[in-house]
Amino acid sequence: METSAITGYLGIDVGSVSTNLVILDEHAAVMAAIYRRTQGQPIRAVQEGMKELLELLEDRNIEVRAVGATGSARHLTGVILGADVVKNEITAHAVAASQVIPDVNTVLEIGGQDSKLIVLRDGIVTDFAMNSVCAAGTGSFLDHQSARLGIPIEEFGSYALKSESPAHIAGRCSVFAESDMIHKQQVGVAIEDIVYGLCHALVRNYINNLGKAKDLVEPVVFQGGVAANAGMKRAFEDALDLEVVVPIHHNVMGAIGSAILAMELELMPGESSFKGFDMSDLIYETSTFGCNGCSNTCEIVRIKVEGKTLARWGGRCGKWEAEDEAAAVRMKQASTP
Amino acid sequence: MKISAPHMGHLHLMLADLFQRMGVEYVKPPPTTTKTLQIGAKVSPEFACLPLKINLGNFIEALEAGADSLVMAGGHGPCRFGYYGIVEDRILRDLGYEFDFYMLEPFNDGAWKFYKLFESLSPGLSIRSLWKILKVSFSKGRAFDRLYKRALQIRACEINRGDTSRALKKAEAVLTAAYSPNEIEEAAAESMAILEAVERDPDRQVLKVGIVGEFYLLLEPFSNFGLEEFLGHMGVYLERSVWVTDWIAPNRNNIIYGYPKKLVKQKAAPYLNHNVGGEGQETVGSVVLFAERGFDGVIQLLPFGCMPENIATSILPKVQQYHDIPVLTLAFDEQSGRAGVITRVEAFLDLLSARRMKRNAGVAAPLEPAAAAMSERM
Repeated sequence: METSAITGYLGIDVGSVSTNLVILDEHAAVMAAIYRRTQGQPIRAVQEGMKELLELLEDRNIEVRAVGATGSARHLTGVILGADVVKNEITAHAVAASQVIPDVNTVLEIGGQDSKLIVLRDGIVTDFAMNSVCAAGTGSFLDHQSARLGIPIEEFGSYALKSESPAHIAGRCSVFAESDMIHKQQVGVAIEDIVYGLCHALVRNYINNLGKAKDLVEPVVFQGGVAANAGMKRAFEDALDLEVVVPIHHNVMGAIGSAILAMELELMPGESSFKGFDMSDLIYETSTFGCNGCSNTCEIVRIKVEGKTLARWGGRCGKWEAEDEAAAVRMKQASTP
Repeated sequence: MKISAPHMGHLHLMLADLFQRMGVEYVKPPPTTTKTLQIGAKVSPEFACLPLKINLGNFIEALEAGADSLVMAGGHGPCRFGYYGIVEDRILRDLGYEFDFYMLEPFNDGAWKFYKLFESLSPGLSIRSLWKILKVSFSKGRAFDRLYKRALQIRACEINRGDTSRALKKAEAVLTAAYSPNEIEEAAAESMAILEAVERDPDRQVLKVGIVGEFYLLLEPFSNFGLEEFLGHMGVYLERSVWVTDWIAPNRNNIIYGYPKKLVKQKAAPYLNHNVGGEGQETVGSVVLFAERGFDGVIQLLPFGCMPENIATSILPKVQQYHDIPVLTLAFDEQSGRAGVITRVEAFLDLLSARRMKRNAGVAAPLEPAAAAMSERM
């Protein structure tokens, strides 16, 4: 390649439903973004995602200066990719939202299986909440309902916007919400009204679960996969009586946030632990075994690359991880307070 | 007679000492593990809180290890705990176990009743000798608590991860071996010296976090996924509002915690001025105290469905607002997953250190022990 290398920052967010990768340039602008399904195979999703990313970048010669990982599979991703920073998704989302709207005060985030509410003041997170006992109202449920109604998920929002009077759907529990929707269909309520009614129910549930005693003020950013749904945006605006902003890259904000966190490390060229785009060709094996050290019988996960153990984790006592001190050192910066 | 009682943190160390002095054989239940919880949850009512489920698991494992008598603490007030002993007795009998059951009601509920219970365990025990035994045993308990309290502070600055926990084990063994009042006094000093010898980084910037909430969740590390040790390894200095001996002591001077119950209640009064059972009122008061002492944040732990703590939770947003202190509330039950807890705690620490950085404008955020947490974060 003749062209001189462009400095880029790789951010990756591997969640329960989607795996997102972004490359940011030195000014934190998105050069390439990938949103794909995890399909229960995080390592494959990362490898495929990396290949796609390389294709998107075509012949631009990117020198990855630093890598950040987030999402529920952040530790796994961090190990196989050689991440320089591994952060929880709450912080990553807050960082990304602050980048898009520097004075953001409220972040609404709804992903595949979780939802978060982040309150910021003067660019600092002051409070947050994350759903704990219930996943009604997250992306997976909308996915399921769109399939059941025969409406592609991409069009779910435009259906909702056609509604004049949303149906009242019982949204406390997603199973009962479905029963209620079926009932509304059977009594002849228009499909648009049911779809928009569902959006209202989900928003109600979100605010009751996460928004209690929280001061929600503008600017409000709505992000995560579900933010693609215009019906949800409108339902939030109705419920909060505030303007809600959906950023362009709303579905990869976690990845953007982790790339920014990687950028903030200010690493010099060559300092990154990044294993290179070649990692997509390596063969990773994961296996689990029960530790018999005590009656906790913890399930230990072992990741091997080319027959060599890369990392182990999963125990309560930490004895398996301790043997991977070298890997742990590589993950310096990981979840720093 | 082979007597046993449920686990609650390092309570078993005190019980072993107490029963030895009384001449009663003590059967320490096998350590609480996931299996213990599974056994307990299986035989418990679904809506009972986590402590009952773990208690029952401990009891069943103790009975299977040969115990023939069980002791359980009683109590009264709006919290369900006071009734748990009775429920546990009934459930175990329905399962077909045979044993003698002893409910230990608080001393303040009647000194004679209190004495008679001990006398029934150890016939012929005089009030005078019981008093002496309790006094010595309790002083040993205090020494254990002091060790554990200090460990929460030292761990934040340890240079080699795990040194504090290892030193604590050694210190614990030294103290366990002490018997006479003189020996206990010497062992207390010696064990503390072992702990103090842990190599530390005195310049490390550490976050200060207070732990408040329901007593069992605070005292039993199994029930909160070893949260304190995890936080310590992340470089967080901890203080906690509930300690075993403070909780047992009838006077409630909270010698270990350092703030008498009366003061804690006073601090809570502007927000909650009456007892709501359990530690509800103390939780509110302790958050105020930690805020006044300049702590960076507070973590509240409670069993899912705990009424007194839920009352406190609903009041805490006001306390947070007036005292400008962040509070993270974590509820636990047998369905809880460690990953979810860790994600929230990590995000909370990020929040605290960002606040600290802003306040100190330019002073670096707390350092994290270099290779820390890789294992812990899983």
